[in-house]
Amino acid sequence: MGEVSVQALRGVDVDLFPGELVVLLGPSGSGKSTLLNILGGLDSPSSGEVVCAGRDLVRIGERELARFRREVVGFVFQFYNLIPSLTARENVAIVTEIATDPMAPEEALSLVGLAQRLDHFPAQLSGGEQQRVAIARAVAKRPQVLLCDEPTGALDSTTGALVLEVLDRVNRELQTTTAVITHNAGIAAMADRIIRMSDGRIQSVEANPRRRPPSEIHW
Amino acid sequence: MSALTLKLLRETWGMRGQALAIGVVIAGGVATLIMSLSTLDALTLTRDAFYRDYRLAHVFATLKRAPESLAEAIRAIPGVQSVETRVVASASLDVAGFEDPATGVLVSLPDGRNAEHNRLYLSEGRLPELGRDSEVVLGQAFASAHHLRPGDSLAAVINGHRQRLDVVGIAMSPEYIYQIKPGDLFPDFARHGVLWMSRTYLANAYDMDGAFNDVTLLLTRDARPADVIERLDLLLERYGGLGAIPRADQLSERYLSSELEQLEGMAKLMPSIFLGVAAFLLNVVLSRLIGTQRDQIAILKAFGYSHWQIGAHYVQWVLLILLVGLLLGVLGGLWLGLQMAELYREFFRLPYLSFRVRPQVVGIAVFVTLAAGLLGTLSAVRHAVGLRPAEAMRPEPPPSFHPTLVERWGLQSLLAQPARMVLRNLERRPGKALLSILGIAMACAVLMVGRFQEGALDYLVQVQYGLAQRDDLTVTFVEPTSRRALFDLGAMSGVDLVEPFRQVAVRLRHGSASYRTGLQGLEPGGRLRRVLDDRLAVRPLPQAGVVLSDHLATMLRIRPGQTLRIDVLEGRRARLEAPVVGVVQDFTGVSAYMDLGALNRLLEEGDAISGALLSVAPEARDGIVAALKEAPRVAGVTDRLTAIQSFTDSMAEIVLSFALVASLLAASIAFGVVYNNARIALTERDRELATLRVLGFSLAEIGFILLGELALLTLIAIPVGYLVGVGLIALIVQGLDSDLYRIPMIIEPRVYAFSGTVILVSALVSGALVARRLRRLDLVAVLKTRE
Repeated sequence: MGEVSVQALRGVDVDLFPGELVVLLGPSGSGKSTLLNILGGLDSPSSGEVVCAGRDLVRIGERELARFRREVVGFVFQFYNLIPSLTARENVAIVTEIATDPMAPEEALSLVGLAQRLDHFPAQLSGGEQQRVAIARAVAKRPQVLLCDEPTGALDSTTGALVLEVLDRVNRELQTTTAVITHNAGIAAMADRIIRMSDGRIQSVEANPRRRPPSEIHW
Repeated sequence: MSALTLKLLRETWGMRGQALAIGVVIAGGVATLIMSLSTLDALTLTRDAFYRDYRLAHVFATLKRAPESLAEAIRAIPGVQSVETRVVASASLDVAGFEDPATGVLVSLPDGRNAEHNRLYLSEGRLPELGRDSEVVLGQAFASAHHLRPGDSLAAVINGHRQRLDVVGIAMSPEYIYQIKPGDLFPDFARHGVLWMSRTYLANAYDMDGAFNDVTLLLTRDARPADVIERLDLLLERYGGLGAIPRADQLSERYLSSELEQLEGMAKLMPSIFLGVAAFLLNVVLSRLIGTQRDQIAILKAFGYSHWQIGAHYVQWVLLILLVGLLLGVLGGLWLGLQMAELYREFFRLPYLSFRVRPQVVGIAVFVTLAAGLLGTLSAVRHAVGLRPAEAMRPEPPPSFHPTLVERWGLQSLLAQPARMVLRNLERRPGKALLSILGIAMACAVLMVGRFQEGALDYLVQVQYGLAQRDDLTVTFVEPTSRRALFDLGAMSGVDLVEPFRQVAVRLRHGSASYRTGLQGLEPGGRLRRVLDDRLAVRPLPQAGVVLSDHLATMLRIRPGQTLRIDVLEGRRARLEAPVVGVVQDFTGVSAYMDLGALNRLLEEGDAISGALLSVAPEARDGIVAALKEAPRVAGVTDRLTAIQSFTDSMAEIVLSFALVASLLAASIAFGVVYNNARIALTERDRELATLRVLGFSLAEIGFILLGELALLTLIAIPVGYLVGVGLIALIVQGLDSDLYRIPMIIEPRVYAFSGTVILVSALVSGALVARRLRRLDLVAVLKTRE
């Protein structure tokens, strides 16, 4: 039983426009996480071209890539990935400390509605709260692009709606280009555009003329 | 304080138990190094300072009698800075309440003042005053063995006259740091002493008025001792000179430097092994520890932290942990070194101790520790950083498992599911299992190194005094005597067996190598002193030729069949030649043996004997000793049990106290390794174990899965450790060869038992500590998030 090599993406051509909120929709294994990781400079494609904010992510070196992640992109992960030994405030500070023009950690946390829980450790927060800390952490550096990988995947629908509202607000208020990965079609209603993927290919890109607030979405 | 620093501090505090265990491993290695080297430095420094400050002579010569005027001629030898003549004699001593015979060396002091060479360090009292003949200064070792103080008195038979001596002072001399009776292997402080008296009295007593029988020289800085000795020997030849010797051959210095060499061997080898092992373990432990931080490294990377920043963060973390160990090790090592040096100072009877720690010693320890720790850290961090962050952050894909060897052999029905999980897990990551095994094995090996010497020394005593030297009493005559003396000895009641021996002071030469020792002639078929081959079988001495101990043969670079040149240093002082007919292994001293008849034929001195070996009935021993004490021709009586006693009291004590401390440090290293191994295994697998708990496995079952693996690794590691230990011990045995004794390559079963037990106990305690953590495993928290 050897390891099997899988071609995760093929022939993908996609544009993200400043300030828009895009939902990448597809079943698991469709390649959407790989695409997101490539967009965020966490992974490199075996061939092709990725250009963001004037940088070709495929050609720049590891050092430049780290700078790109530091200055341009904010990540939100399905499993929050907070550092357990740091409080909410410190989890945000760990990013603002190396950013060029960050907001204060407190400001970022009040943006996600956690002004009252600054000094709690991840273990003392609920799943939804942890994910909101993760969002605060991602937006505190005022990134141009916010990439979210199944941000509600580990949450129930009520908590998930709360998290999506935060993302919606950040997108509107800070004009951050936001890409949200999900396999949940209901979430697509909050997007400006919906990209559907399966088998490593883009099946369709459709514009959503009437973007709905997350509070109106049910799944 | 930055968030990263906070993370550092909190996480270190969170794993303080484990950090401490790592610290203990480091401390064990570092403390051994610092203790050993600082002890050695202190002793060498102290000796050198004592020699310099108390003007130990560069050349020593003994002769029969020469007029004082010869001193002028000696002073004229090029290279001589100063000359001091003395009268040195031996006497029997009688201390009230002490039954055994004691001998003393009487050394003259210039009237009313301290000597110019080999000056006395008075620890108590004063020097003899002019004109008070009975006043003596006693050597400290003898004085303290008999609790003699200034104001006490003892009796001596000086040139046949019994004389009362009044102790006025207690002193130490650089010439007699190691007080040993010529011919003995080990010091016996109660039965042999050094006394200093005024020159005039001693000269009168021995008919040395205006003459001397001993001379010492200090040389100029550029003088070559060998040249001076050659000219001095020429001058002294007609006055019965026995051949001058350089400082290096002087008895006390030779033994002292031999012991220091042995200590040096140990002080370099043991810590290299300990620190090496500690460094290796540190490397393994830290790289695994960092491995458990894989997803955190990925997050930091996703945030845009550079490799350099992440590396720096973990380096700081490791430094923090190392710091604890270094601090503990350096302080502990210094403290132990001071204690150990003080012990040695007392043993060697050095007047004071110059304890100084060279910064290099601490430097080496810090450097090795940091290098090992940081290399482990950087390679682990590099590995983690090399992972694509996205990959590192995702829950790990289920690792690919295979049916194990046991299952492929169709034996799975013998194993329950948890046992199969243990085996599969081990087979899946053989590299990691191998490192764990190697780590525990190293710890086990270090334990053996710290522990084997006691058994090896016991074996040495058994062979040397049980098989080779089996006489109860060794009687030495004042001068070579006819065999008739044997009848007198045999006639004493309680004496079961008498065998003669001949011992001649010689210088053995081969090529450019030479060595001063005693050539022993033994009775053929003798039962009390025998030469053994390396299988411990008695080896008969051939009718001609010399048998050498292998240590001596190595020093002389000679093999059987080659010719040995023998300069006899007594009697006619003949220069002879004899073939080497055999090499035997012996553990103590540096000996050469011949058949008694063959030796006498070679010497052309008739049927002379130097002494006799007695086997006596235990209840008759005291009576025989008392009778021999009165016999005029008997120079000394050595008791086998006393010899064993003084062996174990002297070197053995020192070697063993060193070994005891070393094995304690080894035990702490072992515990640190085993505990860390268990803790890291828990960190690496807590999610998996929590999942099993949720699925309904009992605490005992998941305990078995985790601890069963550790137990299996430990059991495999112990025999591997035995192998490594044997290798390390072989290395040490070679490094510790000295003229005094060689440690046999004998590892007693109890060494294996001890090392194995310490490892098992460490494993049990670690297992219990980890089991406590298993109980507290927070199922919900572990499963809720990736973190």
